[in-house]
Amino acid sequence: MFAFTIRRLLFAIPTLLAISFIIFAILDLAPSDPTGNLPLTIPPEVRAQIRSSLGLDEPFPIRYALWLNQFFINEPLNMIEGWTGWTIGDGERLRVTSWATRSPVVDLIVERMPQTLWVVGMSQIIAILIAVPIGVISAYKQYSWFDQIGTFVSMLGFSIPTFFTGLVFIVLFSVHLKWFPSIYDTNHVIDSWSSFVFQIKQMIMPTMVLALATAAQLSRYMRASMLDNLQQDYVRTARAKGLSERVVVTIHVLRNSMIPVVTVIALNVPTIFGGAIITEQIFRVNGIGQLLIIGIQGADIPLVQTLTFIFAVLIVMFNLIADVLYGILDPRIRYE
Amino acid sequence: MSEALVEVRNLTMHFDIHAGILRRKVGAVRAVDGLSFDIMQGETLGLVGESGCGKSTTGRAILRLYDPTDGSVKIDGVDIASLNTSDLRKARPQMQMIFQDPQASLNPRMNVSEIIAEPLREHTKMDSAARDARVRELMDAVGLNRAFASRYPHEFSGGQRQRIGIARALALNPKFIVCDEPIAALDVSIQAQVVNLLEDLQRELGLTYLFISHDLSMVRHLATRVAVMYLGKIVELAPRDALYSDPHHPYTQALLSAVPVADPEVEATRKQIILEGDVPSPAKPPEGCNFCTRCPKVMDICRKVSPEFREHAPGRFSACHLMDE
Repeated sequence: MFAFTIRRLLFAIPTLLAISFIIFAILDLAPSDPTGNLPLTIPPEVRAQIRSSLGLDEPFPIRYALWLNQFFINEPLNMIEGWTGWTIGDGERLRVTSWATRSPVVDLIVERMPQTLWVVGMSQIIAILIAVPIGVISAYKQYSWFDQIGTFVSMLGFSIPTFFTGLVFIVLFSVHLKWFPSIYDTNHVIDSWSSFVFQIKQMIMPTMVLALATAAQLSRYMRASMLDNLQQDYVRTARAKGLSERVVVTIHVLRNSMIPVVTVIALNVPTIFGGAIITEQIFRVNGIGQLLIIGIQGADIPLVQTLTFIFAVLIVMFNLIADVLYGILDPRIRYE
Repeated sequence: MSEALVEVRNLTMHFDIHAGILRRKVGAVRAVDGLSFDIMQGETLGLVGESGCGKSTTGRAILRLYDPTDGSVKIDGVDIASLNTSDLRKARPQMQMIFQDPQASLNPRMNVSEIIAEPLREHTKMDSAARDARVRELMDAVGLNRAFASRYPHEFSGGQRQRIGIARALALNPKFIVCDEPIAALDVSIQAQVVNLLEDLQRELGLTYLFISHDLSMVRHLATRVAVMYLGKIVELAPRDALYSDPHHPYTQALLSAVPVADPEVEATRKQIILEGDVPSPAKPPEGCNFCTRCPKVMDICRKVSPEFREHAPGRFSACHLMDE
């Protein structure tokens, strides 16, 4: 297993380099202009100057090499300096800087991360808490009323996009019932019980919109996996041993059924960090997803490049983690 | 003969068929249709028949792994078919089952000692040291190396897995074991080992077996009495030697004639009874005798009246109008 992990990690390096090149090339080919959002009164010569000051005059390979240098060498060194207080070299190095805000991209991401982790991360946890019991009961009582309703609701969750459920939630719970605020206040500080309650209140809607969509998907996986295992012979063996139904279902069936579900959950984790672009936009949560949208709108290539690449790293990593988890959970699977 | 340990009376197991938009009940598969027989203390009753005749369903219904539609099953005087769930769980230790597919019937995420120890944890108050000792003892009894206790089922061969299944079934000192085709999934070379193990265990522990199989020669080797099933019913039940030398029921005769003889000269001239047609669907069994559509000796009465299963000679039961004459 250890050798397998190391080998996969080594394979990940060329994969990620290829991905970073493709992202860079696509962004370079895109007909976007970082000066496009500037007022029309700015003359073309000035625009050209701005572009050259951003380094856009340099040929493509040089810009790519510079980005590689900034992202893979300068940024990690900078982080090490920040954590340890050491000074490596002269401490002066070029960081990946956003064109729109002129601040380092990594700092922007660190700023945005807590909101995304709170809202999107919590939605994943809630989705798991909803989906697992629903999937288990639906499968155990297949074709019962509970199962039929569960199937119907998850069909809804699957087919209705979050921008629609989000708006419905806002109309219902913010406009009509006035229970929750429709805009997420990032500056809110939690220092008392009532401010904590407010934080919960403003988190509920974006979290639930995302959780419902994820739970719809997860509960189907859970149900299918439970149904597979409930029909297995070893379940009959467990009953013949004279175990109670609770033990049969939780110890034998559920534990085996969780194997594929856990990998689905692991593969979902990068989306937590990636943020939920649409949902963050609807509820004005200034998380990673919103940062990406702003970057795309402003043709902020370093920002988009870096964010997209970080997503790619997370996806590659969690694919590996899912594979390793599978090997840990299922004794029949051994990686050489 | 000794006393009956298992008394099966009118055991019936129908599976409802649902169809249509509202999934109404449109019929029932009569997998097991009114079986009555006894299994004596310490004997091995062989249950033979072709695929789909209801052998396995009978075994599972006797142990109440299915809830029977009708009938009673008394094991050691207790009616298993009517116990409530908690009493049933308490009755489980005395009746166990060895399953056909040793791969699928073991939980892939439990190692051998967990699999064997689980019933002990559920039904006894042993501490973990006592459980470990018992697991080791059982592994010895079925001929598994003790060092394999922490291995998982997939790391064993088919024969070894079946030994795990047997050790698991023996864990709680059952009196009665249903062997549901325990050798069907094994290599021929391994079959003999497992059958011998079952025989040895029976001798040492005084077990009573219901041995379900479609392998007539293996049943001949192992069973003291043999029951032949066709389409959900027992057509003939007799002591082993009597059944194999002088089968009464036409179906038994046809079944036994299908067993090849090892002598090629005899085999070349031997007359086989070839049955025509297919087994009728158990959802729509024919009127009268279940075998009337294929019986070479069919009479008019067979198509109208279902023959009764009764004792025609001492110890020899069958359900055929020929015997009633």
